[in-house]
Amino acid sequence: MCASGKYSSRGPALIPRMKTKHRIYYITLFSVVLLGLIATGMFQFWPHSIESTADWGLDRRSVHDAPLIRLPVSNPIPERGDLSCRMHTCFDVYRCGYNPKNRIKVYIYPLQRFVDEVGVPISSTGLSREYNNLLSAISDSEFYTDDVTRACLFVPSIDVLNQNSLRIRETAQALAMLPRWDKGMNHLLFNMLPGGPPDYNTALDVPRDRALLAGGGFSTWTYRQGYDVSIPVYSPLSADVELPERQPGPRRYFILSSQTAIHREYRAELERLKEENGEALLLLDKCSNLSQGVASARKRCYKGQVFDYPQILQESSFCVVLRGARLGQATLSDVLQAGCVPVILADSYILPFSEVLDWKRASVVIPEEKLPEMYTILKSIPHRQVEEMQRQARWFWDAYFSSMKAIGMTTLQIINDRIYPYAACTYEQWNNPPLVKWSSVNSPLFLPLIPPRSPGFTAVVLTYDRIESLFRVITEISKVPSLAKLLVVWNNQNKSPPEGEKKFKCPECTAIDGLSLDQTHMVERSECINKFASVFGTMPLKVVEHRADPVLYKDDFPEKLKSFPNIGSL
Amino acid sequence: MQAKKRYLILLSAGTCLVLLFYFGGVQLPSSGRNRHDRSHNGYRPDQPWPHFSDPLQQFLLWDQPDTEEYNIHISPRQKRDVNTSVYKGKRCRMDSCFDFSACKRNDFKVYVYPQQKGEKISESYQNILSIVEGSRFYTTDPGQACLFILSLDTLDRDSLSPQYVHNLKTKVQNLHLWNNGRNHLIFNLYSGTWPDYTEDLGFDIGQAMLAKASISTEIFRPNFDVSIPLFSKEHPRTGGDRGYLKYNSIPPFRKYMLVFKGKRYLTGIGSDTRNALYHVHNQEDVVLLTTCKHGKDWQKHKDARCEKDNAEYDKYDYREMLHNSTFCLVPRGRRLGSFRFLEALQAACVPVMLSNGWELPFSEIINWNTAAVIGDERLLLQIPSTVRSIHQDKILALRQQTQFLWEAYFSSVEKIVLTTLEIIQDRVLQQESRSTLMWNSHPGGLFALPQYSAHLGDFPFYYATLGEYSSQSTNRSHVFMCHPCSHPPGLPIPAHPQAAGVCCQITIIVLWNCDKPLPAKHRWPATSVPVIVIEGENKVMSSRFLPYETIVTDAVLSLDEDTVLSTTEVDFAFTVWQSFPERLVGYPARSHFWDSNKERWGYTSKWTNDYSMVLTGAAIYHRYYHFLYTNFLPASLKGMVDQLANCEDILMNFLVSAVTKLPPIKVTQKKQYKETMMGQSSRASRWADPDHFAQRQTCMNKFANWFGGMPLVHSQMRLDPVLFKDQVSILRKKYRDIERL
Repeated sequence: MCASGKYSSRGPALIPRMKTKHRIYYITLFSVVLLGLIATGMFQFWPHSIESTADWGLDRRSVHDAPLIRLPVSNPIPERGDLSCRMHTCFDVYRCGYNPKNRIKVYIYPLQRFVDEVGVPISSTGLSREYNNLLSAISDSEFYTDDVTRACLFVPSIDVLNQNSLRIRETAQALAMLPRWDKGMNHLLFNMLPGGPPDYNTALDVPRDRALLAGGGFSTWTYRQGYDVSIPVYSPLSADVELPERQPGPRRYFILSSQTAIHREYRAELERLKEENGEALLLLDKCSNLSQGVASARKRCYKGQVFDYPQILQESSFCVVLRGARLGQATLSDVLQAGCVPVILADSYILPFSEVLDWKRASVVIPEEKLPEMYTILKSIPHRQVEEMQRQARWFWDAYFSSMKAIGMTTLQIINDRIYPYAACTYEQWNNPPLVKWSSVNSPLFLPLIPPRSPGFTAVVLTYDRIESLFRVITEISKVPSLAKLLVVWNNQNKSPPEGEKKFKCPECTAIDGLSLDQTHMVERSECINKFASVFGTMPLKVVEHRADPVLYKDDFPEKLKSFPNIGSL
Repeated sequence: MQAKKRYLILLSAGTCLVLLFYFGGVQLPSSGRNRHDRSHNGYRPDQPWPHFSDPLQQFLLWDQPDTEEYNIHISPRQKRDVNTSVYKGKRCRMDSCFDFSACKRNDFKVYVYPQQKGEKISESYQNILSIVEGSRFYTTDPGQACLFILSLDTLDRDSLSPQYVHNLKTKVQNLHLWNNGRNHLIFNLYSGTWPDYTEDLGFDIGQAMLAKASISTEIFRPNFDVSIPLFSKEHPRTGGDRGYLKYNSIPPFRKYMLVFKGKRYLTGIGSDTRNALYHVHNQEDVVLLTTCKHGKDWQKHKDARCEKDNAEYDKYDYREMLHNSTFCLVPRGRRLGSFRFLEALQAACVPVMLSNGWELPFSEIINWNTAAVIGDERLLLQIPSTVRSIHQDKILALRQQTQFLWEAYFSSVEKIVLTTLEIIQDRVLQQESRSTLMWNSHPGGLFALPQYSAHLGDFPFYYATLGEYSSQSTNRSHVFMCHPCSHPPGLPIPAHPQAAGVCCQITIIVLWNCDKPLPAKHRWPATSVPVIVIEGENKVMSSRFLPYETIVTDAVLSLDEDTVLSTTEVDFAFTVWQSFPERLVGYPARSHFWDSNKERWGYTSKWTNDYSMVLTGAAIYHRYYHFLYTNFLPASLKGMVDQLANCEDILMNFLVSAVTKLPPIKVTQKKQYKETMMGQSSRASRWADPDHFAQRQTCMNKFANWFGGMPLVHSQMRLDPVLFKDQVSILRKKYRDIERL
């Protein structure tokens, strides 16, 4: 390419130069290969398309078709989760292996219906809608494999999202019966509502050996950092209600509390805050006059005034998310969806996806003890920060909370990042909303470095055929002390570059510097700029009004003492 | 010929078609059979998750949370108390083992126990203590303290070590402020000893926090302990060497891909990985060398490979390898951490960690994936292909991040200690804590104080990362006048309508630092912008850099009363500052140099071809630097400035260059800032004073000493308006006044 003419003569002349006999052979060979390729393509494509339509046809299947498995009472129970488990001790990394895509393979056990000896199911709900959605999302994703021997991670089809509907002992036995259970190694369980009365454990009570737990509502004492994944509690409203994204900015209310089940001590404190600060706070509760039922979940009341939930959340800058019996609250998801900044009061709570998400940019975490100071704390946050947090909150919901699919994929990606840390998503990828991703500049050379003069620089000269001018440039540039290398890119298809210092003349060489004055040339360049800007999606160029000159440039000062005396003197 | 060709083509096409139908034909019935099988069973194992048509129940019944919450009778306060009493010792967390009430709001103070006579303290620990004592967190009053640090040396808890302090248990118990370790921070580099190297410190630490090197995830208590890097006795106390990366080379590959040179333990804990390294060593670009020679009786344990390994080991120079390798292997030693880690980091050799279960240094705040490759000891054999699969761009990024992290948190004992304290402060203050972005991007957590603002856009550092929308505020300017002492001031700039244009918000703040009374109202010039007069309380130099609440814009133009500047000059400097919001933009420049005769730094105001400071008597900079000057710098330096009534501008230049690692920016100015132009103002007499110059020299050396090095950087560039002194009509020039004399 550089200072060498071999390329220009070779390429286009390849076929014409060949002898006819060879040509035929080549053409034949080529067509055979082409046809072969088409054939293989169709061969690949055809059966698959048939299979997928076949699947589609079989879609209308029922969970009741799943095989029934009876659990003998004496079946073994796994050990309780081991709190010291970490990826390097409880996870078999050999199963994941090295692969060029750096993507883990996830296997889903086929659905089975487990019942005890007398035929009572181990779960009152069986497969829930949400868990079904989660599993189909995994199965549709690139993580999925149907080959159990190649799997790195196993997801049981036993639904443990809500501990309330489970029979603990039998569920544990069912887990242990899974063909690849092997002490729970590389198994991933999804649970959103852990614990039960009276003390509500913060992690799933089902004994589960070494299985990884993607849990909603971990406390710092049950969460195994770097092993478990903290996930949100999915809010069923996400699927039913569509809240349009609102422009960030000040809202009608400053703080809003929408939870219906708040401990009376905390409600009393909230009411005290309301008394002190009046209209800025809106304190909602259940509507007592409405009939109980699903519809009442969509209404909230304040002194007989009825509000639509979750729409009302959009009317406030901050929304309180207080712990209940459990640390994880589905309200968090509603609040984020509304673009309201969550004020989280749940001591020791491990925030959802905290391994990768920077919650400082989307929420305010206040210790429960400081609930009385909430108003003062929130007031001290600058407006622009509130706006950014509102934007960020909504983006977190869109990307990581909005569906069971989003939750499932995020969980798998987090585990994937641990297994292939060198290919992990970056902080920016996880945390910067698309708007920021587009407008931010991530320079590949981000370290403030002032390179020394020693390695110098390489000059690259693009040239067509104006040899005189080229030689002038070369002569001048080669005098620069810091020049390390000079590279001439010969860009003329019809001519070889001159050899050595031999000079030759060409008639067109005389017309130098005419280019930039040419009107069509300018038009072309404008077109280029428009084209580039449209491809970039934005105009990345910035206008500045300054120019860098040497410190003593054009100063009234002896030229001899200036480092760069000749600049600007044409 | 032609016929033959056609024949050939036809033949091959035919063959292909036949093949196609053959395979297609075979495939069609087979998939049909599959379908048949499945519909028969209704089920086939190993298939994608089916789409169920039944109506499924929701996992969460709409009223479940309500019914549950109302069943709870235990008060949340009680619940908190229960947690606090249950989770102790190995399960300590800030919530359960730390007394927040001891830390008053916005006040994170650290108390260091007085050193007892007869107690030997290692040099490293002495360094740690003196750094805490010299920091802005230090208090001598235990009643004010939020955190306590022992004066008993706990760094080396290897009972075979000569530094080991005996009877620590009783000594600690006898401290009357010990309070079972509550709010105490214990520094430790080595724990346990041969053969099992447990992580026990040999005394009961109670509820104290650990700042420990080589800590394992097993004993590490998240958000309570702090993992610190293992550093040697020779690690510099302050300042420290900069990273070795001087320029970025592209492509980023170096002579070696992956290197290691170190001891091999043959037997016992931690020996497996190093014993297996030879499998990966290829003598070319993956050079992993081990020696069996260490300890007295290595010959006893030596195996068949020792002779060969030892011979190979001696052939290579460690430093040569370190500087010429893209990746550096950091395998565990007897303990999880090793010196190799910091060495590789400094050398811009991307560390490849092979130390399962090591809680990496400052893991709470540093995202190590951006600066290191976290390997798995179990997958040693995959390491070469893993590092080879890493894209060039990523290597370039990893390498730069090693340098950023090294300089921000690791280059000196001071940085390590301060980072530890800042991490704990962030936990204590909660609301005023740094986000991950602040810790992991330039200029790093030590220079980005969260007390200034919760909004990243208020800092001058994150505009590029956060995108455009957070940088709108740079559009506003602010004029700030500083007034040492004088006659009624002339206000040259703001009366001019152009500077007070629509785009900008301008306020003038006059700091009246003079013992004379304020001039009468009618004597002040009329301006179109608000003028606020602040009477300096202490009338000291440092008050010009106080973070006044009245400064609401990002840009601050700092002036002396006698500065001679035209509106155009200010206007131009402001547009330049908008492009470089984190730097000082000014007019008159000064330079520093190393005086090798006197072995100290020299200060010069001569017209030279380069500069490293701009005077703050006329400079634009971000208001964050007011906050940083007031809150980051130690009282000793600010006190010196106030006492001398001099050097405040030098200190500001030091500070900004230490943060940005870049020089200030000098812009064009019409007239030179000369003493002669200052008339008979008091300032002029100050400049004329010969002591004044000597003082500035002394200041520089004092400052450089505190910063642990010379942060100033030289520049040869001046920014001029684009058409400055070009031979075009003056009417085409926007900033034409600058050229007119």
